[in-house]
Amino acid sequence: MGGVLGRTFDWLGDGANWSGENGVWHRLAEHLLVSGIALGVACAVALPVGLWLGHVGRGGALAVNLSNAGRAVPVFAVLALFMVSPLRSAGYLPTVVALVLFAVPPLLTNAYVGMREVDRSVVEAARGMGMSGRQLFWRVELPLARGLVMTGLRSGAVQVIATATIAAMVGQGGLGRIITAGFNTYDTPQVVAGALLVALLALLVEGLLVAADRLLLRRGRPAPR
Amino acid sequence: MAARNCLVANDWICWDYVTSRAPELADATLEHVWITAVSVLIGVAVAVPLALLARRGRRWAAPVLGLTTLLYTIPSLAMFSLLLPFFGLSAALVVTGLVLYSLTILVRNLLAGLEAVPEEVREAARGMGYGPLRLLWQVELPLALPALLAGVRIATVSTVALTTVGSIVGKGGLGNLIAPGVNSSFKAQVLTASVLCVLLALVADLLLLGLQRLLTPWTRAGRPARAKGV
Repeated sequence: MGGVLGRTFDWLGDGANWSGENGVWHRLAEHLLVSGIALGVACAVALPVGLWLGHVGRGGALAVNLSNAGRAVPVFAVLALFMVSPLRSAGYLPTVVALVLFAVPPLLTNAYVGMREVDRSVVEAARGMGMSGRQLFWRVELPLARGLVMTGLRSGAVQVIATATIAAMVGQGGLGRIITAGFNTYDTPQVVAGALLVALLALLVEGLLVAADRLLLRRGRPAPR
Repeated sequence: MAARNCLVANDWICWDYVTSRAPELADATLEHVWITAVSVLIGVAVAVPLALLARRGRRWAAPVLGLTTLLYTIPSLAMFSLLLPFFGLSAALVVTGLVLYSLTILVRNLLAGLEAVPEEVREAARGMGYGPLRLLWQVELPLALPALLAGVRIATVSTVALTTVGSIVGKGGLGNLIAPGVNSSFKAQVLTASVLCVLLALVADLLLLGLQRLLTPWTRAGRPARAKGV
């Protein structure tokens, strides 16, 4: 295995592997574009719905069961269905839609649970102070639910980035193509290099989200506890 | 010949496909079921000692949880490809990959279940003369069972979905029908296999829910008691 690792770094160090249509840079750009759009759309759909359901305290069963349903989505099967439909020629659209379907449930569930886990006595106290529903949402519930919502966002981002590789199995772009190309030519170092790149990207994005979260926390905290 | 043949027309829904390829579909479903079942069972067998290890303190918890979380960031496609040099094109390869993924969920849930066991309960059992092993087996594990089974349900459902990716090495159960279906644009085959895959996840989840109810009757009895506080 040491030999494979050495040859993996040789592969990664070879500039020829980084340039061109099948190069790392191009695949990385595709990967970031697809995962970024998918995560953005998923957040735009899931967060408002999840936070609102949590705020009004309804749809709990839906929110929780949806999370399990999300895991049951075989992304490969969804993608395959799109690829035999007219959507096939729609560029990145099939991959993005499949990833959104996959990412929405955990994001929604975490947002809902985050809002519901807020201490009821705190909510009651805020209400007793005469806060309106809107004030309660923005000033009390959302800041307290932030932790869980961010956790959902982080794991959602990691899962989307890792799962976006499956697009390569139906001939779409992204870093997965480096893996499938290596797989088809029995080039193990290239497969390892592709996997390494995806894992590094996932960890990097998670790190960035953690850092952004800390920054926001420092700036947004109204008063020390 | 019938007036209209849905196989020739390449329709999405085609009963002719289901009847004419019944053995092929049954084989793929069967492979899917046993790959999933074996993966989850081995996953549980590996997760229990890992969770017990993680419970011993922060020194163990950090690496165990860190490693099982890290495994989740490895793309499934890459995981199966990476294990190839060790297992060759075999079902063992897919099972190993799926076991590694299931650990993330199983270890976390089991650990949460074990940590939720009230300290008083442990003290009481110790006071009654229970040794560590008997405490674990007769008190802690049964009390952690609901959390463990909840984890098993999630792990099973996601394993059913992930098994399809195993088609890259030709051992993906229903995925084996989906992959060639994409290349040949065989709509009925892709749709039928996908639907079967989702149904499988659904049936597995319901069966496990039933098992959970059977094994942990006290959780149902406990529900009205909990509502008292409201």
